Amino acid sequence: MAIREITKQDIRGILKEHEQHRDSLIPILQGIQKKLGYISEEAVEVISSHLNISENDIYGVVTFYTQFRFTCPGDHILKVCQGTACHVRGCKRIMNEATKYLGISPGETTSDYKFSLDSVACFGSCALSPVVVIDNTVHGRMSAQKIKRLLKAIE
Amino acid sequence: MKFENIQQQAQREWEAFNRLERPRILIGAVTCGRAAGALSVRAAFEKELATRSIAADFYEVGCLGMCYAEPLVEIGLPDGQRVMYNNVTEKMVADLVEDVIENGNPRPDLALATLGDAAIEGIPDVSNLPMMEGQVRIILRNAGLIDPTNVHHYVARGGYSGLARALGMMPEEVIKEVKNSGLRGRGGAGFPTGIKWEFARRTQNNTKYVICNADEGDPGAFMDRAVLESDPHAVLEGLTIAAYAIDASQGFIYIRAEYPLAVERLNLAIRQMEELKFLGENIMGTDFNFSIRIKEGAGAFVCGEETALIASIEGRRGMPSSRPPFPSDCGLHGKPTIINNVETLANVSEILNRGAEWFTRYGTEKSRGTKTFALAGKINRTGLIEVPLGITLKDIIFNIGGGIPDGKKFKAVQTGGPSGGCLPEELIELPVNYEELTKAGSIMGSGGMIVMDEDSCMVDIARYFLEFTHKESCGKCTPCRMGSQHLLRMLTEITEGKGTPGHIDTLVKLGETVKSGSLCGLGQTAPNPVLTTVRYFRKEYLSHITDSRCPAGVCQELITYSINENCTGCRVCLRACPADAITGEKKELHVIDPDKCTRCGTCMDVCKFDAVVIS
Repeated sequence: MAIREITKQDIRGILKEHEQHRDSLIPILQGIQKKLGYISEEAVEVISSHLNISENDIYGVVTFYTQFRFTCPGDHILKVCQGTACHVRGCKRIMNEATKYLGISPGETTSDYKFSLDSVACFGSCALSPVVVIDNTVHGRMSAQKIKRLLKAIE
Repeated sequence: MKFENIQQQAQREWEAFNRLERPRILIGAVTCGRAAGALSVRAAFEKELATRSIAADFYEVGCLGMCYAEPLVEIGLPDGQRVMYNNVTEKMVADLVEDVIENGNPRPDLALATLGDAAIEGIPDVSNLPMMEGQVRIILRNAGLIDPTNVHHYVARGGYSGLARALGMMPEEVIKEVKNSGLRGRGGAGFPTGIKWEFARRTQNNTKYVICNADEGDPGAFMDRAVLESDPHAVLEGLTIAAYAIDASQGFIYIRAEYPLAVERLNLAIRQMEELKFLGENIMGTDFNFSIRIKEGAGAFVCGEETALIASIEGRRGMPSSRPPFPSDCGLHGKPTIINNVETLANVSEILNRGAEWFTRYGTEKSRGTKTFALAGKINRTGLIEVPLGITLKDIIFNIGGGIPDGKKFKAVQTGGPSGGCLPEELIELPVNYEELTKAGSIMGSGGMIVMDEDSCMVDIARYFLEFTHKESCGKCTPCRMGSQHLLRMLTEITEGKGTPGHIDTLVKLGETVKSGSLCGLGQTAPNPVLTTVRYFRKEYLSHITDSRCPAGVCQELITYSINENCTGCRVCLRACPADAITGEKKELHVIDPDKCTRCGTCMDVCKFDAVVIS
């Protein structure tokens, strides 16, 4: 899988869904990321002229919020929860196992763009801790062994 | 349609829902249930029933709070038998369909509780379960009982009666009612809700806003998610009442993007409200106009703070600004704005429905009503509970939560998330209310309660929270930005055995500076986990510093793994060890080489004979 791209037309389509107002900046960025998987330089340029906000200002916002990324994610995104309950119940080992298995650190993507690994502050499924989320499916009561099996199954 | 007609229709629908003509299966399928496998259990049921040609109704309901027992499935039969089964797996489904549905045998061995009126021998009633006894469910009044996607279910159980009543009163009277109820903000700080509304009401402006703060950012807290997923209308009704009270015509729900199901439920609920004229123009035939928009957060903990949240809605970096002016005078786009937490609003709708006097029956004089808590960590019955304020920690942890698993000893409970503190066993009789928790150095917070046993290291926990707040500090105030960094550095040094006796005093001094020198709640409370653990667990800090020992066996640099005589020589750990640190012949005692060992704990995880020990 290669790096995904987005056309200017797609970006304009997303812009049209929102009011031409500063308040729409974050929803627009969310729309772009939903479609493309990340925020591209080109998208920032287009939004900048559309909302009349400087590119610097937009980069400031994008880097402030953990949701946004500047690099293309892999086909599957594995998020390992680092919440308190998960911490107490040993999420560190799950993260270690995932980094070892995928050969990447949190925030990175494998070179074949198959997996991205992220850490997340809390998913709010604390009662089933430790928890990981793969492509929006929450997997509870995780263990270092189970995560390996899960990743293998996806491959 | 008039509200009475909607109520009548809702009543008919609710009765039909509960008058079973064929088997009815309710599956708890909000995020936690789904994580435990509720959807595959549902699919298994559908398949099994289809093979046996049995017609049945399926409903995905909300969260009853018993997360430890997920997936939960309630099977109702036309004869009135309603039984809930816990920890249902796909394998159990064939048995349940054959025995319970086909043959009417309730299978007490698999059952958790009965619901409804029909008692069954050998199965307790749900209200008699130890986890449910002692709970008072106001915020969670409908959770797990209604279909959250059906507005009529909500209306049939008293929903929107509060709004109807409020619209028949003067806005000042509505505010007075909320003030009389003694309701305090459930987001953490506990500011009286009615007074906040009064400020915004008094400020003259043509445009005012109300915002529901659903940016539940505390790691270890999931109360708001459960309420929004299980009973979204309870919150939306509360927000609409708030708007009427202060004369706002636009409302927002600022919700975490990590909660996609809650967003979906809210979107649906808003559409339903519009159809029934509970939103839009001339709501319920009055001249009150109001609409609600959803704003998804983008992942910044500090946006739970009011002024930062407003900045985020305005499309800026979520950095707090100094107060005054308070948002009730000058908030979103400079207009008077009130921001209430999810739970606060879910209380408002019921307070208006049942009256302030009813609400004051629960809780203590200064902390009225109930509070939900998310029980997690080392506790038997994890889940979501709602209890009257003033209940003791002991009641929550041991009676409702069922104590600590595996016969381990209770060590501490962490309340209030990264802003709260760790309370030790000596304080187990502490009544849970705003004042007592603050006195003990913690805070009520939004309601996360993480229970820790003897295997949890308090220095490690303090370090964990500082790592979080350090990362989430927006960087505006130097004491918070730099202070959290240095607190984290010192705590890391202690957990690595590099601490000096002077570290403890510096931690306390610096912690106090960060508290007093920060603009918003994040910095003002970030040192709490450090300060409380130093206050109550100083000995544990000293063990790390002077003896280079982590008594709980958590801090990697300070522990060694070894294998004791329980070892059967099965070679499982040897094969699993990623560092090749384990040697030993088959059926002979294995040995770990401490120099090669990376202390990853894999051997301990895979050993079936408890032969790997930490010292």
